[in-house]
Amino acid sequence: MVDLILGLYNYWIVIALMMAGLYIVISRQNLIKKLIGLNIFQTSVFVLYISIGKVFGGTAPILDGTDRIYSNPLPHVLILTAIVVGVATAALGLALVVRIKEEYGTIEEDDINQMDDES
Amino acid sequence: MAEHFPVLIVLLPLIAAPLCVALRHGGGTWLLATLATWGSFAISIALLAQVLEDGTIKYQLGNWVAPWGIEYVVDELNAYILLVVTAIASVIMPFAARSVPAEMGQRGVYLFYTMYLLCLSGLLGMTVTGDAFNVFVFLEISSLSSYALISLGRNRKALHAAYQYLVLGTIGATFFLIGVGLLYLMTGTLNMADLAARIDKVEDSRIIYTAFGFIVLGIGLKLAVFPLHAWLPNAYTYAPSVVSIFLAGTATKVSLYLLLRFIYSVFGHSFTFDKVVAGPLILVLAVAAIVICSLVAVWQRNIKRILAFSSVAQIGYMLLGVSLGTVMGLQATLLHIFNHAMMKAGLFLACGCILYRVGSMKLVDLQGVGRRMPWTMMAFTLCGLSLIGVPLTAGFISKWYLVTATLERGWWAAAVLIVLASLLALVYVGKVVQAAFFKEPETGVVNLAEVREAPLSLLIPTWILVFANLYFGIETDISADIAGQAAKQLIGASR
Repeated sequence: MVDLILGLYNYWIVIALMMAGLYIVISRQNLIKKLIGLNIFQTSVFVLYISIGKVFGGTAPILDGTDRIYSNPLPHVLILTAIVVGVATAALGLALVVRIKEEYGTIEEDDINQMDDES
Repeated sequence: MAEHFPVLIVLLPLIAAPLCVALRHGGGTWLLATLATWGSFAISIALLAQVLEDGTIKYQLGNWVAPWGIEYVVDELNAYILLVVTAIASVIMPFAARSVPAEMGQRGVYLFYTMYLLCLSGLLGMTVTGDAFNVFVFLEISSLSSYALISLGRNRKALHAAYQYLVLGTIGATFFLIGVGLLYLMTGTLNMADLAARIDKVEDSRIIYTAFGFIVLGIGLKLAVFPLHAWLPNAYTYAPSVVSIFLAGTATKVSLYLLLRFIYSVFGHSFTFDKVVAGPLILVLAVAAIVICSLVAVWQRNIKRILAFSSVAQIGYMLLGVSLGTVMGLQATLLHIFNHAMMKAGLFLACGCILYRVGSMKLVDLQGVGRRMPWTMMAFTLCGLSLIGVPLTAGFISKWYLVTATLERGWWAAAVLIVLASLLALVYVGKVVQAAFFKEPETGVVNLAEVREAPLSLLIPTWILVFANLYFGIETDISADIAGQAAKQLIGASR
């Protein structure tokens, strides 16, 4: 039981972050808050990738001729790409919210839905 | 030169996109985009010929040997999808020359072509790559640019539609990313062929089942599988005409390709259909999509919305073929990808012509428009007949193959359902045709008396697709044979 909780604690953190992020996206009406939730959700996946690349007792993967154990660098590289994607998504999302605010005068989703239904 | 085709087809639009930003000149960027798109189309024809001649092509990026480096793999299936995507993209370029400045203003033209080229290269990259993580990168390139493209629509609802698509699309892509991460956790590789070779040693692990769920769900969101289609109707309805045509003709097709690639080439036929037993689940969702979305389409009052819901229903037909799990079923699916791209692009092109002249997509405003724009509405009617599946049109061929495939498995009810759902298509296409040709114009906001036939530069691309619908309804050697070969190859190579 202790092993299940402490031994896999990185996965528990990932799951908690993931659920928190998704819950915010689903439950909030404010478009900015939704984007924040989306970002938390994405970040949880970054943590998942990085934590599976960790090797116990491993150091940074720098090759200097000596024989040493190092963590798997590939997930880090993958996640660098995913972080760039996440930044681009957030930037585009925020830009859309700015345009929505200009056109509708609000960023509350239920108000926007109401205005959409009327026209 | 020819050996670099697999990467050139992606690079051509990818390099042209930033050049468009540098160029800024409206007509110049159009020319650049057209050259890049047509170049990709030419390469895709060459690739298909090459694949049919010599078999699968493997291309090592930067000479890094797979599975360490990223590998591009082109087999019959990819080459076929590449052809569909680039063909649709090429046909709409002449249309875009006139329609884009009219709908987005002269100032935004170069930005439109930048996004368009990025979206195209993302879709082509997703199709051609043999690396699971590379798929995610290209998926996001095409998704991000398509959110931006949708938001360019004239109506402010386009912004809200783009935002909703952004949220759902990002959730889908992130689910896909989780799935790929779990696969990497279990196998230590990202190359699809390598994944397939290593997965059978660990396939009883719960983590592989979870990865399967995340990947299928993630792709399903992008594909707009029935209950996950919430983003699609608004996105198609309020996007600019060219964007609706392009996305309806290509984006969901590429997502379906990805689904097939993961089901057959990565997880394997026996894992998907015998262990996970995904067949009945896909069948239920497919049938629900066909029935419910066809019914919803009947009640819509906006032509583009009718077509959007019909798209979700048509995706149901394609999934029905997948759920059979047979070569015949898969062939029907692939054939319908090809034919549906033609008919839906044709229908949305006709909508673009109407929007260009009338400025409205509401059925009420369009009563009697058939007398003012006979060529446009004739094109709409003919593509609509293809959508219904009337003999001598392409739509009939795909329905025929689909019904044969279901009867081969002995699924009588499904076969009857396909035919009945065609009647629903008859109702919603008929509704538009009736309003356009047989109703008197209402004295409303739009004055139809001043409406003229759409200009030739818009009509010619539309009619090219009309003729394609008729041609491939009679001459099935190309479409059905290649689809059959691709299906055989895909199932044959699967575990």
